[in-house]
Amino acid sequence: MTTFAIGVRGLTGLAALALLLLAGCARPARDDLYVLLPGPDGKTGAVSVESGGKATVLDQPYAAARIKEPGRVEAGAVTEAEARQAFGAALGAQPGRPVSFTLYFLEARDELTPESKQIVAAIPGEIAKRPAAEIVVIGHTDRVGTVPYNDALSLRRAERMRDELVKAGVPADRIRVEGRGEREPLVATPDEVPEPQNRRVEIDVR
Amino acid sequence: MSRLLSSLVVAALAVAGLCPAGAAQEAGHVKVSRGTVQIERAGQKRPAEVGATVQAGDVVTTGSDGSVGITFLDNSLLSAGPNSVLAIDRFAFDSTTHQGAFESSLKQGTLAVVSGKLAKQSADAMKVKTPAAVLGVRGTEFLVRTGVPKE
Repeated sequence: MTTFAIGVRGLTGLAALALLLLAGCARPARDDLYVLLPGPDGKTGAVSVESGGKATVLDQPYAAARIKEPGRVEAGAVTEAEARQAFGAALGAQPGRPVSFTLYFLEARDELTPESKQIVAAIPGEIAKRPAAEIVVIGHTDRVGTVPYNDALSLRRAERMRDELVKAGVPADRIRVEGRGEREPLVATPDEVPEPQNRRVEIDVR
Repeated sequence: MSRLLSSLVVAALAVAGLCPAGAAQEAGHVKVSRGTVQIERAGQKRPAEVGATVQAGDVVTTGSDGSVGITFLDNSLLSAGPNSVLAIDRFAFDSTTHQGAFESSLKQGTLAVVSGKLAKQSADAMKVKTPAAVLGVRGTEFLVRTGVPKE
């Protein structure tokens, strides 16, 4: 009889232990979620999620990985609505996307082409939309002329654009100006070849 | 004499401006700040206002009502939801070659990431860590949530 009693007590103990273990399973150690989003241009990149030496690659829109225990990555997917639900505040705080404008110049001058004059008018509005906007104005030339001549010309083009932006009300201390001369052509050419696409100023706004 | 002194002060300020004492290079700027958001730098916490500079070594935290959006020099965008702790471990960016490294850690909370020029230039340049995983970024947009389950 005694042995039996101990047996029952032992069984109860085992059952209690099993319940504890189950409870342990019911509450995982972590609640990690990783989700890949489609890019704005419809192209989706890839992210590798590595935990405990094992890597899972997410490369489809809304592909997801969950980690409840370190070292165990569960691959799956979420819906767009689920992603918005779980990450609404983080997505809502996303800064405005940086934009870049390319303006073209008449040969050997700091004068814009007529087409580019139209584009330049839209830039102050883009800047005004962005809190604490940073603007980088980078001048370039084609390969006609010497390197020092083109360094000076590229800087003059960039400064001319900076002055236009300041005239339109953009604070000067938000604008950084650079001249890269003929070093970074958009279209590769031999030296001394005129190339309208290389006579340009890039205005990056972020 | 006082003119000499003031020119000395001006010179000292100019030098200080050229090489900010011991300061890491700027990595990005706060563009969105809602509710309680703080930047911890060298043991000191200060409110993260719109326009504030973010450097490598900074830890950005949000309160239960907070969210924050940061634009980095390579055009990477990181934004965090409430109750988040985001450490900027490393940031180096060459604006001419687009080479460098960007490593950050989300200790807890939620994070939305749009990678920038660094990840585009090199597949290994951008990494986001959590206590449970390391993410390798290959030019993309993604979301990260990390933490222990709620009671």
